[in-house]
Amino acid sequence: MTLIRPQTGWQAIGFQELWKYRELLYFLTWRDVKVRYKQTVLGAAWAVLQPALMMLVFSIFFGRLAKVDTGGLPYPLFVFAGLLPWTFFATAVSNAGNSVVGSERLITKVYFPRLIIPFASVAAAVFDLLVAFSMLAVLMLWYRVPATWGLLIAPGLLTLLLLTALGGGALLAALNVAYRDFRYVIPFLVQLWMFATPTIYMHIAAGAERSSIVSDWLLYANPLTGLIAAFRASVLGTPVSLAALAWSAGAAVVMFAVGCLYFRRVEDSFADII
Amino acid sequence: MPQPAISIRNLGKRYRLSHSGQRAGYRTLRESLSRAATAPLRRLRGQRGETSEEFWALENVSFDVRPTEVLGVIGRNGAGKSTLLKILSRITKPTAGEVALRGRVGSLLEVGTGFHPELTGKENIFLNGAILGMSRREILDKFDAIVDFAGTERFLDTPVKHYSSGMSMRLAFAVAAQLEPELLLIDEVLAVGDGDFQKKCLGRMGDLATAGRTLVFVSHNLTAVRTLCQTAVWLERGRVKMHGHVNDVVNGYIESAECLASQRVWDSVEAAPGNELLRLHRVCVAPSGSSPAKSISVDTPIDIDFELWNLTSQATLNLSLVLYSLEGTCIFNSIAPAATVGRGLFRGRCHVPGNLLNDGVYSIRLLAAKDQASVIFDMSDLATFEVHDVERPILWFGKLVGAVRPQLDWQVGPLGTESPRG
Repeated sequence: MTLIRPQTGWQAIGFQELWKYRELLYFLTWRDVKVRYKQTVLGAAWAVLQPALMMLVFSIFFGRLAKVDTGGLPYPLFVFAGLLPWTFFATAVSNAGNSVVGSERLITKVYFPRLIIPFASVAAAVFDLLVAFSMLAVLMLWYRVPATWGLLIAPGLLTLLLLTALGGGALLAALNVAYRDFRYVIPFLVQLWMFATPTIYMHIAAGAERSSIVSDWLLYANPLTGLIAAFRASVLGTPVSLAALAWSAGAAVVMFAVGCLYFRRVEDSFADII
Repeated sequence: MPQPAISIRNLGKRYRLSHSGQRAGYRTLRESLSRAATAPLRRLRGQRGETSEEFWALENVSFDVRPTEVLGVIGRNGAGKSTLLKILSRITKPTAGEVALRGRVGSLLEVGTGFHPELTGKENIFLNGAILGMSRREILDKFDAIVDFAGTERFLDTPVKHYSSGMSMRLAFAVAAQLEPELLLIDEVLAVGDGDFQKKCLGRMGDLATAGRTLVFVSHNLTAVRTLCQTAVWLERGRVKMHGHVNDVVNGYIESAECLASQRVWDSVEAAPGNELLRLHRVCVAPSGSSPAKSISVDTPIDIDFELWNLTSQATLNLSLVLYSLEGTCIFNSIAPAATVGRGLFRGRCHVPGNLLNDGVYSIRLLAAKDQASVIFDMSDLATFEVHDVERPILWFGKLVGAVRPQLDWQVGPLGTESPRG
């Protein structure tokens, strides 16, 4: 029996129902992936090309001209190992942020757990991530960087990154419904976030003196700092900063919970105001 | 006595209206921030924060639906029919009361929800099926039946964007037709599509009804409601006006003339229906040269008047009148010759001769096209009027069938001197 009652306030995330609707999640993800690759001439190559081109640009400007300290690693490999998780996160969060507003027809005509919508957008970005991994493998072979045991923790790190993206995506998606001009804020936020994350530079340059307390604090507070640095370290076989990682892991779980709970709290109004 | 499949108790749904009288929708961050910034100032001036009004789309609605019952929901536009269906299908939450549903629920508020033009027919079948709540297994099992029903087998691997609208509609309905929940909620999906398609839909719903499913069917199409449903609920301004046997309720609805409004006037330009180009001031249906209060018979010539505000400087407009029967059948569409009107009020009058319309209840839709190019105004159900039957000089008292009832020239007489096999 299903009971329909007025509801206000906080709701549980409802994992059970999400699990029940997992096939819908699968189909929506599959649709996103398929449509994206059908609409472009290059198809799945985009998933590789986007970080690859960014790598090229950053390699020229930061690697060659600015000579950013990478701790002795080849800059292209260094920057790609950071861009890979970052591109995933940025794509996932911005697509998820616009997903609910873009699914007006679904929301006003069919019932299903609404969290499925931003989750499917994030899942579609996971697909791109997997494709882009092949490029990383090629780069590692090219620069003869051997795979180490550290690589084994990469899936765990990506899971934490996924949690952060799910939470952030759900939060932005919900805000986007309530405040329709939020979509102009999202790209700006993502851009800012990128510079606050050590993707194209190293967050603690070995032996370098601390330049500014504020920017340092911001870097550490950013939950992505630890994850992306740890991912790079695990792939390239350099030591992982456990303290930063622990903070990021905690932040990922909190971000997931806060994003999903806020989404659940306001989702009942979606059909009325969208 | 088995437990009801659906029991609705004191159900209510409140919407907030914004100042312009429309439903309060999303806000913008910019507005909210500037509101928050100026809030202390407003408090100093003694103004209250929000001035939105409330509106109950549904209020105190209670009724039960037995298992295997087929229930029709009727009422005017804005009576709360769609809101009720949206609550039952869990798309929106009620503000008060509760609903208990027993059994697996499927809802069909639209045909083809989630269809993506870039995907092929086959891919859309799976996507749409999943959206309607079918499992992969179920869709695989019913795949052949779906393709059969739609009759689009040759185009399964063609993207739906290359389909004609009729074809994609057939495919969409074929998926929906395979939905076999215990409780099915259906909204006016029949309003779209051609006559054949509507017949197919009605047939499928009839099958489900005979198969012992519980159906809730919202429609303007009183004939369809009468044919399909055993019981009906008539909603009026968000409340249950009548609930009972379908014929009683539908007859009550028609007789109440609740559906009738032969004249409607909007006094303020701001509140009138329309847009920034054109707004409606008055609609009136009356016997020619008489007041709208006078009744209209089959042989009465009628004038349908529209008075509109033209809000642009000067425009060349074509008014277009579409007349529908209460069952939703389009009777005719008549387009006025282009006319140039200046800013301000103007009138359009359409004269409908006597002995054209059959007896029945009709509703009016008005469209306006600018520069013979773009439709700038399109509103349905502007007025509803009834045409009464007259005493006929022939010995036939049943209802004459047909959308119209023109008086045509007949000549009947002996053929001459020759008689067969004389």
